[in-house]
Amino acid sequence: MEIPYTFTARPDTGLYNGKLGIWLFLASEVMLFGAIFTAYLFMRLGAEDGTWPDHIQNVWLGFANTCILITSSITMVWAWVALKERKFNTYRLALGLTILCGLVFLCIKAVEYDSKFNHLGVMIKEDAIEKYRPELDKMNAYVGEIPSQHVFEVRSEDVKSTDGDTFVFVPDKKPQYLINLAQDKSAAAAETEADKDATITIQKSDVERSGYLLPAYGTYYAIYFLVTGLHALHIIGGVIVMLYFLTIGSRLYKRNPEQLSNRIEVTGIFWHFVDLVWITVFPILYLT
Amino acid sequence: MDDLPPSSEAAAHAPAASSHGHAAHDEHGHEHHELGFIRSYIFSTDHKVIGIQYLWGGLFFLYFGFCLMLLMRWQLAFPGQALTWANASAHMGYQWDQIWYHLGVLKVAPTDPVPIPSDPNHPPLLEYIFGKDQMPGGVMTPDFYNTLGAMHGTIMVFFGIVPVAFAAFGNYVMPLQIGTVDMAFPRLNMGSVILFFVSAILMCGSFFVPGGAAKSGWTSYTPLATISDQPQNTVFFGHNFHYMWPMWLTGQSIWIIAMAFNITSSLLSSVNFITTIVQLRAKGMGWMRMPFFCWTQFVTAFLLLLAFPPLEAAALMQLMDRLAGSSLFSPGGLVVGGTPLHSSGGGTPLLWQHLFWFLGHPEVYVLILPGLGIICEVVANNARKPIWGYNQMVYGLLVLGFLSMIVWAHHMYLTGMGTAVSSFFQLTTIIISVPTILILSSLIISLWGGAIRFTSPMLWATAFLPLFGIGGLTGIPLAFNAPDTFLHDSYYIIAHFHYVIAPGTIFALFAGVHYWYPKATGRMMSEFWNKVHFWPTMILMNCVFFPMFLQGMAGMHRRMYDGGATYEILNKNVLHWNVFISEAAWLMGLAQIPFIINFAFSWKYGRKVSDNPWEATTLEWSAPSPPPHGNFIGPVVAYRGPYEYSVPGAPHDFTPQGEPPTTDKPVKITGPHPEEERTIGFPPLT
Repeated sequence: MEIPYTFTARPDTGLYNGKLGIWLFLASEVMLFGAIFTAYLFMRLGAEDGTWPDHIQNVWLGFANTCILITSSITMVWAWVALKERKFNTYRLALGLTILCGLVFLCIKAVEYDSKFNHLGVMIKEDAIEKYRPELDKMNAYVGEIPSQHVFEVRSEDVKSTDGDTFVFVPDKKPQYLINLAQDKSAAAAETEADKDATITIQKSDVERSGYLLPAYGTYYAIYFLVTGLHALHIIGGVIVMLYFLTIGSRLYKRNPEQLSNRIEVTGIFWHFVDLVWITVFPILYLT
Repeated sequence: MDDLPPSSEAAAHAPAASSHGHAAHDEHGHEHHELGFIRSYIFSTDHKVIGIQYLWGGLFFLYFGFCLMLLMRWQLAFPGQALTWANASAHMGYQWDQIWYHLGVLKVAPTDPVPIPSDPNHPPLLEYIFGKDQMPGGVMTPDFYNTLGAMHGTIMVFFGIVPVAFAAFGNYVMPLQIGTVDMAFPRLNMGSVILFFVSAILMCGSFFVPGGAAKSGWTSYTPLATISDQPQNTVFFGHNFHYMWPMWLTGQSIWIIAMAFNITSSLLSSVNFITTIVQLRAKGMGWMRMPFFCWTQFVTAFLLLLAFPPLEAAALMQLMDRLAGSSLFSPGGLVVGGTPLHSSGGGTPLLWQHLFWFLGHPEVYVLILPGLGIICEVVANNARKPIWGYNQMVYGLLVLGFLSMIVWAHHMYLTGMGTAVSSFFQLTTIIISVPTILILSSLIISLWGGAIRFTSPMLWATAFLPLFGIGGLTGIPLAFNAPDTFLHDSYYIIAHFHYVIAPGTIFALFAGVHYWYPKATGRMMSEFWNKVHFWPTMILMNCVFFPMFLQGMAGMHRRMYDGGATYEILNKNVLHWNVFISEAAWLMGLAQIPFIINFAFSWKYGRKVSDNPWEATTLEWSAPSPPPHGNFIGPVVAYRGPYEYSVPGAPHDFTPQGEPPTTDKPVKITGPHPEEERTIGFPPLT
């Protein structure tokens, strides 16, 4: 018993089974990520003033990852073309490069996650903020206001201590665009004078709530971890499949190179989709 | 479509040209090598075995989910009474006395039985099974009542009907009807059945974790679902292990994880089904020669493919809310049990409802469309007439599939979405009734002037048509914003959707089981025992659900633990129906026993029949019964449409799709009605 059209195209549809299957699978993936992006829109449009962070991501790391994924899409096509031309060694090289790109992407992602895990956010109560205001201004620290919750937010990438009754940390500085927007340019002057490593001590009794920038800290972070985590799972899945076709799966080349090239084509279609998802994720989570 | 390439007979040769050694090896492997028991019956890649696995699993879960409801009906009929043998027999005796009294045998009117509390030293059986915190002394706790409600819905929809209607019949029948050897991706198919059973085991296992299974309804509305089932001390069989049960293993978390497995399983199936229908149709099996059942499977697969992933996304988000403490579905400032909930806020419960119903409404059509397909096959076969308006039915089906994706928010009229949004969904909901009525009318008109054979499947099909009609028509008031404001969340809703699904889809499933049983086993189920099953089920089904319309219109809410006993107005008017409904439901539980026995015993001891006992036309009946691995003997070609019954001048009153035409010239048929005009007998290939 042989199932028809497993690797030859059916003339009236022009597709072999696997190719149609992967497009259908991608249709469902569009709905999966589409639902999450819709949730993002819901959250963002409904966010109260000051709760949606901006410029929290390291854009250059995200940009590097975008470039890496786009490169990997190119090498993916290269691998497929090499198989079609029956150049087995070129195929191995191209597929290996694709896998490498996927792994580098994951490493950069891990670095970004790690920085979130160690990035502290502190919500200072409205009636206590005046105690710290002069000191924070002197350090040129970023202070966000959430009027509906009556708190002010200070963040820190460089936490010295959270033991006992106090937080001790070096607060995050104001982003450049805020300094540019500011009416009086004294902030810019303060920046030049500010001691870059000066720490501030905040009493825990003055803090409404605090936490590292994890899903529980805010809906932005929840969406960020959800969508990038799901995307990373897709990358891991793709890398596993490609590792298989680089090693055990490539034995098929001797028996039926056309079938192997079909499989690589299908893997590539999936990989391009994962790339496309990142191209959507990058602007909505990094560039805004 | 008539110049399709040869598929079935050429398939074995065409691939062999490009990979000679491999294909030859495979053929030999299948010819001479018997697979072991595990590979042939448990981890099988054969679509027929997988279909039967889904059928047995799904039928089991249908009865299991039904039993959960039977427990709930006790609480509704006799609120707060211990569910023990003593109480049950007292109520039974009372009912018998009532009958004797009304017949005049008993002179004194019987008095209401006094509830007997259970002996604490000898706890009743149900306390042993479900634990002391769920049914202490046989009395159902409110939490356990909620658990039963949630699990009844979940199990019936996702583990009962979808596996039987879509996965079982679709897997078994659809490849045979389009004349192919197997599904397009057999190993994916096996993966989907394994995932289904993993999710089923998780879902059933959640009954036994500390705290019990999910209790937030089958819709799992947030923020209730986010905060319910908090970790608690681990107590098994009365022994405290002094260990905090982890959050990710509590009932609601397992519900989400099991649903994620279930969704993935459905996803793999739907990819497989669509690919099979598009790619593997036999020579001559053009789109408009496909049996209507395959069309319904095709549209159903698309609904599952596109509507389920948003729920998977929503499930992941709810899991994050529960496990990572995020607030995607919770607004800030929630107070639970008097203490404020520490969360960042910023989410919205409406988002969950949108994502859930984006699946939830297409899911309704996932439940009913395969049923309509089965009924169509059975009606055409037993009315001995071509289906009236096959083309219109197909187009109607496609419109139905499309519209079902844009009606979801009619479940949410009471959430205050705003009039503009409500009006839009009101409009689409009304429009969707047009194709539905078109299909149902076509089926009814197909009976007109037919020489109807009242075989076992036909009994179920004839009961399906009016009962499904009741279910459909009672939905129209709910489509409008104003009456829905009154009827929402009442027993009217329960009656409405159960009329669609219970006497609707489940009757269609019974019809399908009886219709294709001879194909799957080579034996016939007993017609006598079918009648013993059919008549009580048909009558009791109406006894259960019709009074619910009355209760609902009197304002009885659907989620009341005591069945509304605290409301004076309900007590006076409609509460006495509760006992009647419950007794009808329990009797209906007994009425299924003839079917179970008939189904199981006929497998081995049923009457042996030929390959085509119903004298049907579609391709599956030209395969041997049961079909061997690879299905057909010899090439399969579809020469004509699927329902060529009673063709004038033909030797029999049925002309199978696969029977070669006697003449090369097309024959034009003019029936008494202009719509029966058609041309048949084309040679499919030139």
